[in-house]
Amino acid sequence: MIFLDNLVNGISLGSIYAIIALGYTMVYGIAKMLNFAHGDVIMMGAYIAFCALQYWNLPPFLALVVAMLACTVMGVVIEGLAYRPLRQAASLAVLITAIGMSYLLQNLALMIWGANPKSFPSSMISIPTISLFGGQLKIAGATLVTILANIVIMVALTLFTSKTKTGKAMRCVSEDRGAASLMGINVNRTISITFAIGSALAAVAGILLCSSYPTLQPTTGSMPGIKAFTAAVFGGIGSIPGAMLGGLLLGVIEIFGKAYISTELGDAIVFAVLIIVLLVKPAGLLGKTVREKV
Amino acid sequence: MTKAKRKRLIYNCITFAIVIIAFIVLQSMIENKTITRALKGQLIPICCWIVMAVSLNLVIGISGELSLGHAGFMSVGAFTGAVVSGYLLHGLGVENETLRLVLAIVGGGLIAGLAGVVIGIPVLRLRGDYLAIVTLAFGEIIRNLVNVTYIGVSDGALVFNFLRKNVPENTRMLVDGASGAVKVAKISTFTAGFVLVLITLVVVLNLINSRSGRAIKAIRDNRIAAESMGVPVTKYKMMAFVTAAVLAGMAGALYGLNSSTVVPSQFTFNQSINVLVFVVLGGLGNVLGSVISATLLTVLPEVLRAFADYRMLVYAIVLILVMIFTNNPTIRAFADRIFAPVKRLFTGKKEAEAA
Repeated sequence: MIFLDNLVNGISLGSIYAIIALGYTMVYGIAKMLNFAHGDVIMMGAYIAFCALQYWNLPPFLALVVAMLACTVMGVVIEGLAYRPLRQAASLAVLITAIGMSYLLQNLALMIWGANPKSFPSSMISIPTISLFGGQLKIAGATLVTILANIVIMVALTLFTSKTKTGKAMRCVSEDRGAASLMGINVNRTISITFAIGSALAAVAGILLCSSYPTLQPTTGSMPGIKAFTAAVFGGIGSIPGAMLGGLLLGVIEIFGKAYISTELGDAIVFAVLIIVLLVKPAGLLGKTVREKV
Repeated sequence: MTKAKRKRLIYNCITFAIVIIAFIVLQSMIENKTITRALKGQLIPICCWIVMAVSLNLVIGISGELSLGHAGFMSVGAFTGAVVSGYLLHGLGVENETLRLVLAIVGGGLIAGLAGVVIGIPVLRLRGDYLAIVTLAFGEIIRNLVNVTYIGVSDGALVFNFLRKNVPENTRMLVDGASGAVKVAKISTFTAGFVLVLITLVVVLNLINSRSGRAIKAIRDNRIAAESMGVPVTKYKMMAFVTAAVLAGMAGALYGLNSSTVVPSQFTFNQSINVLVFVVLGGLGNVLGSVISATLLTVLPEVLRAFADYRMLVYAIVLILVMIFTNNPTIRAFADRIFAPVKRLFTGKKEAEAA
């Protein structure tokens, strides 16, 4: 039963990673940049949901909507102010800017909400814990919602990118930006939309993360953010099913590593997985190898 | 002597002159006791951060690879230094502080260099963003590993435990897992820091202006072109990376032996970003710039205590603005137009000539 317990926990954590990884993988696929600040948008989303629940006494559903809207605006503003001027610049410059942005968000949160950890209200997800096998296996409501949300988001995104006009435009831009703009696709707008979707997902991820692990502080988002990027690379960056697979696997690996190898080495195991994947299969599990043209 | 060579020589001389003059002034201030206590306490950390910034500049500015795990090497150096110094004192009974400090710094550099080789082999096969994230991951792995490492001295012998603490009763712990190195003898001196800075400058400036340095810069500017000219890419990238790791390890040893406790959580990702800010503000590839910005940014927060809460916020904004201003073509063209008359004033050249 401990094994099953760990497995459920791993899938739950993995689902959160998968949702965060989606934001990374979409932005990376389309804007070809590692949005370091994504993890901190998650943290901002969680803080906004926290305020909505705790201070403004909104019902959980409205809190979710408010957090998603705020994060969408945040993502678009960040892209427009910091990343758009550097569209043609070297990737080193963009990466350093993204790190700066990540720091900016963390320190803004520190100034607004202070360094003391806040306890995320459990009223966000009010589904009771269910017991299986006569009470031997307990699944928390938050876990259930996380896994369901992950499946819904994945299906919705896959449909969006394959069926709608905007989704197709996004895939075009990710394949060849120049050709896409020659075909009349507004590249800047498409990238903005990608950031908007990624950031809205970040808000969802932030709320789910804090429902399962309720300590909220300005650095809450950074470690899950980095691990979710690991998950995106693991699954094959730019691929939506890859993000899901990578996220789930990584979550399970982390929980099992912590349970059976060493609690202190949990993070080290996750990162070791990243390094091994990059060495053995640099394109990730479901990614395509792109040959370099000279 | 060609013009470029002369220019380089002048630049190097200025760099060394500034550092040496600063040392002489500070040293005489210490002897006259005109130095404030706050500044005196900052001298050794300043030397450490200068070495960190210059060595990271070698990786980022010269080699063009974004490494986010530089603090990891510093951590390796700091703990190795603490172990070497502690073992020499408690295990072998070496009382001479200078000898212990030198051996600790050399040991820190060696082990950090070894870590650099181990990390560099897989990492340098990757490119761009992947490299950044993997160096970050390695920094975290190193921190995790130090957290579960227990090293102590028992009856003159070194006791080494991993994951679980299991040492004889009379062991004196040197590195105690997550509580880090405790009761470290503070043996770092400003002179040692100054010598380390000089060594760093000699190594880095000579490397940059050597045949290898030109190869490294060629790889940075166009990897494919360099490779097709027969430049062994991995070898030169490794050279820059490992040199930087060794220097960071030495800085770490000096830093570690300057305080009585060193904990693994001192060397987080944030610390790597701190050094990155020094490098970016000083100018990518500009060694003198790194020296100056590391000094100023270490001293300023101490001076502007009231401002401390906003320091990281301002760092973040400055980082973003510097990147946008130096990399956006429109803004750059605008800045060039504004500064053109000023430039002409100094060089005495007309724009037509310059173009």
